Amino acid sequence: MIVVRQKPIAEICDMIGRHSRVLLVGCNTCAAVSLAGGETEVDTLLQFLKLANKRRATYTEFGPAVLQRQCEPEYIEGLEHEGYDAILSLGCGAGVALLSEMIGKPVYPALDTLFIGAAKGLAHWSAECSACGKCVLGETAGICPVTRCAKGILNGPCGGVSDGTCELGDRPCAWVEIYERLEALGRVEQFKQISSPPDNSTRIICEWDMTKPGDES
Amino acid sequence: MSLREALESGRFVVTSEVGPPKGIDVSEMMETAELLRGRVDALNVTDNQAAIMRLCTLAACLHLENAGFDSVLQVTCRDRNRLALQSDLLGAASLGITNVLALTGDHVTLGDHREAKPVFDLESVQLLEVIESLNGGVDAAGKELHGTPDFLAGAVVTPDANPLPPQLAKFAKKVKAGARFFQTQAVYDATSFKRFMEQARQFGVPVMAGVVVLRSAGMAKFMNRNIPGIVVPDAVISELEHSSDAQATGIKIASRFIDEVRDHCDGVHIMAVGAERLVPSILDAAGL
Repeated sequence: MIVVRQKPIAEICDMIGRHSRVLLVGCNTCAAVSLAGGETEVDTLLQFLKLANKRRATYTEFGPAVLQRQCEPEYIEGLEHEGYDAILSLGCGAGVALLSEMIGKPVYPALDTLFIGAAKGLAHWSAECSACGKCVLGETAGICPVTRCAKGILNGPCGGVSDGTCELGDRPCAWVEIYERLEALGRVEQFKQISSPPDNSTRIICEWDMTKPGDES
Repeated sequence: MSLREALESGRFVVTSEVGPPKGIDVSEMMETAELLRGRVDALNVTDNQAAIMRLCTLAACLHLENAGFDSVLQVTCRDRNRLALQSDLLGAASLGITNVLALTGDHVTLGDHREAKPVFDLESVQLLEVIESLNGGVDAAGKELHGTPDFLAGAVVTPDANPLPPQLAKFAKKVKAGARFFQTQAVYDATSFKRFMEQARQFGVPVMAGVVVLRSAGMAKFMNRNIPGIVVPDAVISELEHSSDAQATGIKIASRFIDEVRDHCDGVHIMAVGAERLVPSILDAAGL
């Protein structure tokens, strides 16, 4: 799923400060599971913003709403936003974008979109995919070097590994993990294969329309 | 004798390194090089070392070449994509600079421009393949070159990496990708280095042992804590701690290490990091 994180309240206040009525819109899919955009988070943020009103001597009024998914037109069509002069989206970047396109009012992001990730525990997610458009997980025992290696190396660990930890110090070395998992799967021969430079042209894909005829490759 | 000739001759090779300045005053870098004149086969020039922005490596190499030194252009993949890497390499070759050390490079977040975009379009193995391709008269896109370079490509390896097997597997890939010499990360334990060399020997590529001159027990402990892949054994630290002249002891430790590994590798790469004036004494003591 898309993992998101709420922006600092001060940053949110600075964005919406000049509006008199702001509708907070949650997103009940990724952002809700990410504990940043569900009904509870919408209500909590609303209370915080009311408190901030007092402290900042502003008079913005707030209302709550939650959409099933902000990234699909059919859900946005049902959003009642009359009487509000701005939207504060608690969705990922795609949600903010589609709301902006459809609503015709200023839409502001309450969240920062971090990565495509997997749950690793309570309120804990790890980045697992960078949406690079050219999946190599079949060669790397399911551990993405584009995402998990800070340098996106495709051919093994750099010299910065220290006791199996990345030189950034915040994560295990992806290539040590890949090597160990390939070994455990009896596939270590795979490691000997030199991976060619990545095809970065897939990274500029900005639209995918299955109904349009494309090339057959 | 150039580095290429020295490696081809099969004799014990000595290289060292200099770092370009932050700024355009190269006098200190050139003074450092002078301390090593006649004692080394070539001088590596670091590339924005530790992700700290400095004068460009190619310009620094040219300063050295003009002063009669053979230089090794260190090229990292951190700051340039494959277009920039190749065009810089071709530029270097057009100026007669053909010794290249291919590195992935430290991450930008470890340096002094932490908000910069890390590039890493290629990494060391792929860069070696690209250099090999340029040597064959073709660029990374398969287009023919007008005038073909003749690079001597080298790479690095960390003999004390933990864990070692993936590092060794990558070493093999670098050989396959076209590395024709290796300079290692600093090593201090001759026994463990010889064990590493037993594995490395099968690839038939010259390996130069990395030597970082220790100046105090504190420096050794700092390196153990902060520099990945460097292991200074306790015995060495204790030797420095109990010494009344740490500098002399540092020279002794380095020359003794060189002496011990001399018959097991093809040369040494001395990284003096500010202690270049000690290098001649180390080489004297090691009989080089």
